[in-house]
Amino acid sequence: MNDQQLLDELLKKHKAGILKPADRYNIPSQAMPQQDGVARRSNVDEVAIGYTETQARLEALRCLGCKNAPCMEGCPVKIKIKDFIAQIVEGDFQKALDIIRENSLLPAVCGRVCPQEVQCQLPCTVGKKFKDVEKSVSIGRLERFVADWGRKQKEKSVPPVAPSTGKKVAILGAGPGGIVVATDVRRAGHEVTVFEAFHKPGGVMVYGIPEFRLPKAIVQEEIEGLKKMGVEIICNFVAGRTKTIKDLMEKDGFDAVYIGVGAGLPMFMNIEGEHLVGVYSANEYLTRANLMRAYDFGKGADTPIAMSKRVAVVGGGNVAMDSARTAVRLGAEHVYLIYRRSEKEMPARVEEVHHAKEEGVEFHLLRNPKRLLGNADGVVCGIECLKYELGEPDASGRRRPVPIEGSEFTIDVDTVVVAIGNGANPLIGQTTQGLTLNKWGNIVVDEKCKTSLDGVYAGGDIVLGAATVILAMGQGRTAAAAINEYLAGKK
Amino acid sequence: MAHKLLSKQQLCPDVYMADIEAPLVASAAKAGQFVIVCLKTTYSERIPLTVAGTDQKKGTICLIWQAVGKSTAELGNLQVGDEVENILGPLGRPTHVEKFGTVVCVGGGIGNAPLLPIAKAMKQAGNKVISILGARNKSLLILEDDFRVVSDEVIIVTDDGSYGRKAVVTVPLDEICQLQKVDLVVAIGPTIMMKFCCATTQKHNVPTVVSLNTIMIDGTGMCGGCRVEVGGQTKFVCVDGPEFDGHLVNFDLMMKRMTAYKKQEQAAMEEYKHKCRIGLDK
Ligand SMILES: Cc1cc2nc3c(=O)[nH]c(=O)nc-3n(C[C@H](O)[C@H](O)[C@H](O)COP(=O)(O)OP(=O)(O)OC[C@H]3O[C@@H](n4cnc5c(N)ncnc54)[C@H](O)[C@@H]3O)c2cc1C
Ligand SMILES: Cc1cc2nc3c(=O)[nH]c(=O)nc-3n(C[C@H](O)[C@H](O)[C@H](O)COP(=O)(O)OP(=O)(O)OC[C@H]3O[C@@H](n4cnc5c(N)ncnc54)[C@H](O)[C@@H]3O)c2cc1C
Ligand code: SF4
Ligand code: FES
Repeated sequence: MNDQQLLDELLKKHKAGILKPADRYNIPSQAMPQQDGVARRSNVDEVAIGYTETQARLEALRCLGCKNAPCMEGCPVKIKIKDFIAQIVEGDFQKALDIIRENSLLPAVCGRVCPQEVQCQLPCTVGKKFKDVEKSVSIGRLERFVADWGRKQKEKSVPPVAPSTGKKVAILGAGPGGIVVATDVRRAGHEVTVFEAFHKPGGVMVYGIPEFRLPKAIVQEEIEGLKKMGVEIICNFVAGRTKTIKDLMEKDGFDAVYIGVGAGLPMFMNIEGEHLVGVYSANEYLTRANLMRAYDFGKGADTPIAMSKRVAVVGGGNVAMDSARTAVRLGAEHVYLIYRRSEKEMPARVEEVHHAKEEGVEFHLLRNPKRLLGNADGVVCGIECLKYELGEPDASGRRRPVPIEGSEFTIDVDTVVVAIGNGANPLIGQTTQGLTLNKWGNIVVDEKCKTSLDGVYAGGDIVLGAATVILAMGQGRTAAAAINEYLAGKK
Repeated sequence: MAHKLLSKQQLCPDVYMADIEAPLVASAAKAGQFVIVCLKTTYSERIPLTVAGTDQKKGTICLIWQAVGKSTAELGNLQVGDEVENILGPLGRPTHVEKFGTVVCVGGGIGNAPLLPIAKAMKQAGNKVISILGARNKSLLILEDDFRVVSDEVIIVTDDGSYGRKAVVTVPLDEICQLQKVDLVVAIGPTIMMKFCCATTQKHNVPTVVSLNTIMIDGTGMCGGCRVEVGGQTKFVCVDGPEFDGHLVNFDLMMKRMTAYKKQEQAAMEEYKHKCRIGLDK
């Protein structure tokens, strides 16, 4: 029996009201169709291709529609998961999309990059039954399916905008948080201007997360949607330098400001050799590759990037995975991922770790660099590592990596990418008097995302530290509601 | 927002000066700050250039650049009325200006461009300004007249003696430091020149400020590509600088980092020249 026949049969039973949980458990969990592991090493096209309609409806039928919907508890923005999935079963994708959009404004993005396995899919009853989170209902893939269906419909509806209130709101940073705030605040009829430092809006979604995981066209569409709503976007504007927040409010008449500038200060390991040529922060490496399209160097793009044969990437998060997989696509013969704990502790999404392995990234776990070695020209040529073992859990709850004395060994490399995290960029803090920061330089806000300054709100990575797209969006919604409330009360 | 070239001038072979519309930058920029220019949004490189002057009324900034590679050459080929798609700024910390006493401004080659607004600001703050301007030969010397306006004394040196003294800038710098009390030296030019200026002033214990021109991407402290070692610590030129205490800068390391893309840039330049020629033949 092929998939279509299976689906027809199941739908018949479903309509008759006789589809039992046992039948649902029997439906095979639908795998994500993806580009061939070898072919994709040499292109930047999206790796995951997306469910077919048949696959989506089969996967949707696996959902039990649990009364207590534990999945929803796991979702940071509380999408009505079982309701939208039920609409997929019925084949009413528009209704499914409407349900998602009540809570999430960027479903095509979230469906691709949210860490579902530790959010909605973790408590899913189906996964629990099989004692395997990978067997949970694939909520993220279903969200992506619905969003992509929506993107293919001709006239994408522009959210209605309330009559003009004459109030002005400035949004600093055009990342996912800023985009969400712009949408919600504009809807309420306020004039909105987004100020972005880079020459293209989108934040990490355009300069960090690579094309093969999140096509830029998707982000572009969201930005176009914002413009259609009447939001003004001004690029090449660095808040704090081009104008300060005080000037925006006192001279330019903005009634409220949202700070969504992300966490952009790259951390280094502070070991010998980190200044050598060929040593990059992940931010620099990914920005050159993504935003500046260095993969097209010589074919139109003017920004160069190291053309490496042997690349070491240090770190174990999504940023490290993205850097390693980018290095593969730039033609490196060997890409080593060096991480000081074991795979179990890796913060990267499981799916992306799988993808990296399929693409040939070589994992060196329980290893950490001790120093970087350079040649006579000051170019990095090797990385000396120490082996580690796991000790007692530390404050983060993960087992602490402990170096093994005398276990040094060297790997030959010509490029090193440091992907061990980002701190808060100090620019806004330095140029905004009276803004309260915590000891790491992140902006302190209350439960409504209000800062210590009147009319100034903040959210996303600059508040949370390097976090996720969905958390930035969640804070964006909170902040937007608070801004709308604040402006309603302001004469 | 596009930025139109309102005027353009060639100062000497490969060096151009242009007034470009950029009202936001014009109203905020101070001496010592720079912008990042990106010619076309999709594929162009982001190149840092110092703001050599501003006209707030007209909403323009003045940029002076040397065509050293493909992107700066392409910029040099723009004509009045053409547009640059992106200009970000002002970036970096402004120069610390106060009445120090006697300030010696040392400029080498294209370094005269970023130096001029600083010399001007130092003069306005009541300092005695002595400018030493160096070039390989007479035809490469830029902005001499402008420096004469803002300096109490101007000393010109050329490598080949075709104009002014036949010497390198460190020779008169050394003499001045021996003869009189100098309170501050500001040196801007090729990295190697700044390195030797600092070695000279160190002997005389004269505080020296240099402006570093590392390779950059964002210019906002996000990529770490512009990092240098200053006093044993890592600093980002775009946000912590571009000016630093020259006696603390690790110039050798910086010079190595500047060579990172030499081969690729050369190939790109060859390719560009080739294309330009094809264009000319038509
Ligand atoms: C390589 C990489 C991979 C990631 N992978 C995932 C993933 O798979 N899933 C996931 O959920 N999350 C992932 N993340 C994290 C996620 O992208 C961030 O948590 C999220 O983008 C934060 O959103 P934000 O709105 O706070 O700001 P950002 O997306 O960081 O955007 C901030 C914007 O503000 C601009 N800006 C900065 N300073 C100024 C200024 N002074 N003036 C004006 N503009 C300024 C910046 O240029 C930027 O465009 C990843 C991050 C990286 C770097
Ligand atoms: C803060 C700052 C202010 C500057 N102000 C001026 C200015 O007022 N006028 C001016 O002419 N130049 C200035 N520069 C230097 C200018 O940015 C570079 O010459 C330019 O980026 C080279 O670009 P290109 O693509 O044409 O050359 P490329 O082909 O990129 O490079 C040509 C050669 O220059 C080196 N190089 C690459 N990038 C830089 C860089 N950012 N700085 C120095 N060398 C580089 C390369 O290694 C290569 O050897 C400044 C640089 C900085 C960081
Ligand atoms: S927990 Fe799983 S099975 Fe239950 S409603 Fe949510 S997605 Fe469906
Ligand atoms: S240019 Fe990126 S941090 Fe300075």
